[in-house]
Amino acid sequence: MSDSPIAVEQHGPELLHHFADADQQRDAATLGMWLFLATEIMFFGGMFCAYLIYRFWYYNEFAAGSRSLDIWLGTINTAVLICSSLTVALGVRAAQMGKRKLLVILLLLTIVFGFAFLGIKGVEWYGKYKEHHIPGNSFNVDDLVRDYPQLHIDPRHEQIYFSLYFAMTGLHALHMIIGVGLFVFLTYYAWKGRYTPKYYTPVEMGGLYWHFVDIVWIYLFPLLYLIDRHR
Amino acid sequence: MSEHIMSSKFYYTIWIALLCLTGITVAASFIDLGPFNAVVALVIATVKALLVVLFFMHVKYTSEKLTKIVIVSAIFWLFLLLALSMADYATRLWT
Repeated sequence: MSDSPIAVEQHGPELLHHFADADQQRDAATLGMWLFLATEIMFFGGMFCAYLIYRFWYYNEFAAGSRSLDIWLGTINTAVLICSSLTVALGVRAAQMGKRKLLVILLLLTIVFGFAFLGIKGVEWYGKYKEHHIPGNSFNVDDLVRDYPQLHIDPRHEQIYFSLYFAMTGLHALHMIIGVGLFVFLTYYAWKGRYTPKYYTPVEMGGLYWHFVDIVWIYLFPLLYLIDRHR
Repeated sequence: MSEHIMSSKFYYTIWIALLCLTGITVAASFIDLGPFNAVVALVIATVKALLVVLFFMHVKYTSEKLTKIVIVSAIFWLFLLLALSMADYATRLWT
């Protein structure tokens, strides 16, 4: 490049050479992330659609399945995720202000909340395993048929509720695991001091992903846990 | 998106609002509202999602209009998926 008439400026990650300025680069990253989240909405959307159809058909079985879940563990998990979204939002703010230590602490707190959520989810799943509520050969809902005689439960339809429950919470938990993995990377690089007030796009994008997974749970919680407690 | 830094007090306010709405939606599920239980639960969930999208995800302050178009289109596409599917399944028993 020494014979080039134009001096080639050296760019850091805060402004790659194909962007006009830092604002444009950040807007491009944000737009790309939201496009990805749009595909994620459709990804989860297929499951929400299946849920809607089967809830419409087998309402009583869905109500009974919903009441067999632990509403308090679900509520605690919702609160845990909301707290994690707060630490993420404050983390992005810390990155904007260049507070490295605070950023690392908030990212670590987010990871702790993420593990807390997954742990509580695991406890719930284990409870369902012990109750034989996991669809498959040992699936048995005689307890629900006995407890809710007024609902006239068909075990095959009850199995559809639990299939959707495990598919939806499982896919959500997979997203949580990926999120925790992302945040481990973010924490490492934040600790290394890579993120500055001029360049914190990865923190911001990781945050968008985390908030999105939180929003999915905000809908899953009422749809799976709070269906109908009065029949 | 650019250099719009919110005060931490602002984020705490949103956080408290989200926790309160969670409490309200759980409490509402114990009251018998008939078919309106589902409506109340979904309205509260949507308010919570809006708070997260607008303030935690900074969409309210983004300068990029394209981002907002993408978000609205994504929700519209989801609505199409749900509405057209239900237009079939919900009307199959009609004679």
